[in-house]
Amino acid sequence: MAYLFNTSEDISAMLATIGAASIDELFAPIPSHLRLTKPLAIPAALSELELTRRMGELAGRNTGVEQAVCFLGGGAYDHFIPAVVDSLASRGEFYTSYTPYQPEVSQGNLQVMFEYETLICQLTGMDVSNASLYDGATAMIEAVLLAMASSPNRSRVVVPDSLHPHYRQVLETYLQWTQFELQTVACPDGVLPGDAWSAALDDSVGCVVLSQPNFFGIVEDLAPAARAAREAGAVVVGVCDMISLGLLASPAQWGADIVVGEGQVLGNPLQYGGPYLGILACRENFVRRIPGRIAGQTEDRQGHRCWVLTLQTREQHIRRDKATSNICTNQGLFALRAAIYLALQGPQGLRETAEHCSWKTDYLRQSLQGHERFTVRFEGSAWRELVVQDRAGDVAGVLEHCRQQGVLAGLALGRWYPELDDCWLVAVTEKRTRDELDQLINRLNAVPQSSDLAHA
Amino acid sequence: MRNTQATQLLFELAKPGRRANMLPPSDVPTTPTEKLYPSGALRHEPLELPELSEGDVARHFTNLSSLNMSVDTHFYPLGSCTMKYNPKRNERLANLPGIVDLHPLQPDESAQGMLELLYELQSYFAEISGLPAVSLQPAAGAHGELTALMAAAAYFRDLGQTRTKVLIPDSAHGTNPASASMVGFQSITIRSRADGSVDMDDLRSKVDEQTAVFMITNPSTLGLFEKQIDQIAERIHSVGGLIYLDGANMNAILGIARPGDFGADMMHYNPHKTFSGPHGGGGPGAGPICVRDFLEPYLPVPRVTKVGEAYRMDADYPKAIGRVHGFHGNIGVLVRTYCYIRAYGGKGLRNVSEQAVLNANYMLARIRPLLPVPLGERCMHEFVASASKLKKERGITAMDIAKRLLDYGFHAPTVYFPLTVPEAMMMEPTETESKETLDAFVDALEQILSEDADTLHAAPTSTPISRPDEVRAARKPVMRWTATP
Repeated sequence: MAYLFNTSEDISAMLATIGAASIDELFAPIPSHLRLTKPLAIPAALSELELTRRMGELAGRNTGVEQAVCFLGGGAYDHFIPAVVDSLASRGEFYTSYTPYQPEVSQGNLQVMFEYETLICQLTGMDVSNASLYDGATAMIEAVLLAMASSPNRSRVVVPDSLHPHYRQVLETYLQWTQFELQTVACPDGVLPGDAWSAALDDSVGCVVLSQPNFFGIVEDLAPAARAAREAGAVVVGVCDMISLGLLASPAQWGADIVVGEGQVLGNPLQYGGPYLGILACRENFVRRIPGRIAGQTEDRQGHRCWVLTLQTREQHIRRDKATSNICTNQGLFALRAAIYLALQGPQGLRETAEHCSWKTDYLRQSLQGHERFTVRFEGSAWRELVVQDRAGDVAGVLEHCRQQGVLAGLALGRWYPELDDCWLVAVTEKRTRDELDQLINRLNAVPQSSDLAHA
Repeated sequence: MRNTQATQLLFELAKPGRRANMLPPSDVPTTPTEKLYPSGALRHEPLELPELSEGDVARHFTNLSSLNMSVDTHFYPLGSCTMKYNPKRNERLANLPGIVDLHPLQPDESAQGMLELLYELQSYFAEISGLPAVSLQPAAGAHGELTALMAAAAYFRDLGQTRTKVLIPDSAHGTNPASASMVGFQSITIRSRADGSVDMDDLRSKVDEQTAVFMITNPSTLGLFEKQIDQIAERIHSVGGLIYLDGANMNAILGIARPGDFGADMMHYNPHKTFSGPHGGGGPGAGPICVRDFLEPYLPVPRVTKVGEAYRMDADYPKAIGRVHGFHGNIGVLVRTYCYIRAYGGKGLRNVSEQAVLNANYMLARIRPLLPVPLGERCMHEFVASASKLKKERGITAMDIAKRLLDYGFHAPTVYFPLTVPEAMMMEPTETESKETLDAFVDALEQILSEDADTLHAAPTSTPISRPDEVRAARKPVMRWTATP
């Protein structure tokens, strides 16, 4: 058996010590009428060799982003991951350890958590970071719930529709069981509509969510929108891309009170959507209510500097139904990867990575200029992502044509924005080369008109 | 031998001008970013991150890793956490190209192998639980609880019923009541009897037409199977309520008993426990849920389905509660689960539970003469010993024993949980330990109990630090490094 130890001799000796006649006798506490009387209908065991073959077969039926040219984004991005990240995070001392309940034998993990928290504070300009949550979308939920808990007598949450549609869907899922009401402000030009935004704000709004860049890749000066929200007494939650912060103003600077983000971009593989890394950091005044684990500095009894899990009275294992959140985990391994990634990048590396994304996105924009069929949909300044419009209105045909040529050209927007069903979202990370961008343009030039497709 | 220089904080090791990761020169025009973005959106002050060389980073984290105990290096009998061996093959297979590098929103046609894997895994989860409908989306056990409670709330809403209460035994994980609150339910605590079972009188007095869900961990955190589970289910079902099973302890009953057969309507798995997903220093886990077919319409979207020969991510379920995760859940953990289940097969999974229960009972039989185990001659996958007698007689606490075990090279059991047992020490050996290891652990425990109290109060003495001041950490929290203290 794959990973077991006991020999038949061991089993006999152990049963003798227990005073049981058989292993079956140990299950006597389970009433027999509640027992399963047939074997599980699960295929027979595979040896490592067979399992490796099976997994190879399944993997072979997928096209990973390493085999295609990938312009997919929409909240998960194909950034470069240095070897150091994989190598260090695959150390068994990290990945086969658990929550640091015994700090004496967990200083490695606790110090990593403390370093991660510091790095996130440096990046966002916030005072405090937790040790991570599930992913970007659920981190945003926790931030909204934290904001609303800090805004008594206010019931509305206001978000622009340029916020990631999945994040808005998750928000709807969670808020339907609360007294809070979600209001979505339309952004027909791809950016926050100044007047409509201000009009949505009054003293019933407990929290607003602003995103930089927004789902369409557009970078805005968010300071006025954040100021308007704070003047109305609302807490400002910022959803930020962590790579972009190498280049863009920190959310503390434009006025966010709580910052969340998807940490997948910080050295974590795409893995078909998870596990990812939910980043949440905030200003000092929210600290007693912040969800999730936090490592803090202290001293041991010899006076050595060390780290422990702290402020645990916020958490569910002590507060139970009064806890600020039901979160009982952090994405430790992925926070570790993010810490290694940021330590390797440094301020200069992160800035250059963000700049490469800018330049390549801009190259794509320039390449589409004057194109007779395809055009860039929104005016705003795009970072890493761009909305492209097909004047012929056949986005599905365009994407399928490119896919067959080995190019994953982007994400159709119609499923989330019916008014943009002639548009798709193209992501360009620092990994994409000029050749690949030219290849995308060439593929687009070669797309048959939809009438041709119909006859093909 | 310990390298204390390399384990200074990253920020203390840094030096201005050091560089690691370098990008190639840009192959496209490098328009100044001031021309691309509004000035107010740009960073004008330098970014405050440490500057290090690649060698600094590699040595730093390698040395930090050596300060951890882990399953790869130590016996880790942490009750309730199921710290079993994490197969190396699963790491390699989950990192195959075509598995690790799939984008969550790529077309279904380009991810058929992944979708097939997930579809098969759903059927395994359904088979093991006896509950046919599966959602892979929840990212952790607590997230699974929350998602299932939302599905239950949506079901009752659909029936036009207002139910406000969730009943929870006093020995339950803290996540149960915390999850109930997030779905707007009121948590009602149900007392346990002295033998650890649910107090049926207390239950009967609290069940009514307002009862939405009874949440139970079975086998319980005390390592006991709740024999009255079918009567409990009957009582709850008679008022139209649902039974939720916290699947934290599934390692005891794989192929032996199925929650769906003993009355549960909904449950979550903790694949990082039961199916050996590595714990990663505190995560990631996963929290897939299984429910009865009448609850299927309410499960989150999207779901993996099969139409003809093609697999799809399908979001078209009008009654669904919505989405609970940014994408499809913790797929990387679920891929490891798939590998684990395939490596054992149906019969092998039953053997896993048999060996886990054998190991736990063996450890129990050897420890009972040393330390009182208040509940039970026998146990399932774990048991809870108590140091309360020792505390009274010799001033030795569960914490002292836990700390001294570290000196002997063993991770401590879970201490002070469950809350219903004073000076609790919860031990779960799992099936991936040998008799020799279990014997060595018990021998060490015996030795520790013969040591004088002062030695134990002074423990641990062989670890890098000893008994950090947690009160100070909470009173004057320092949660980030700063250049000027």
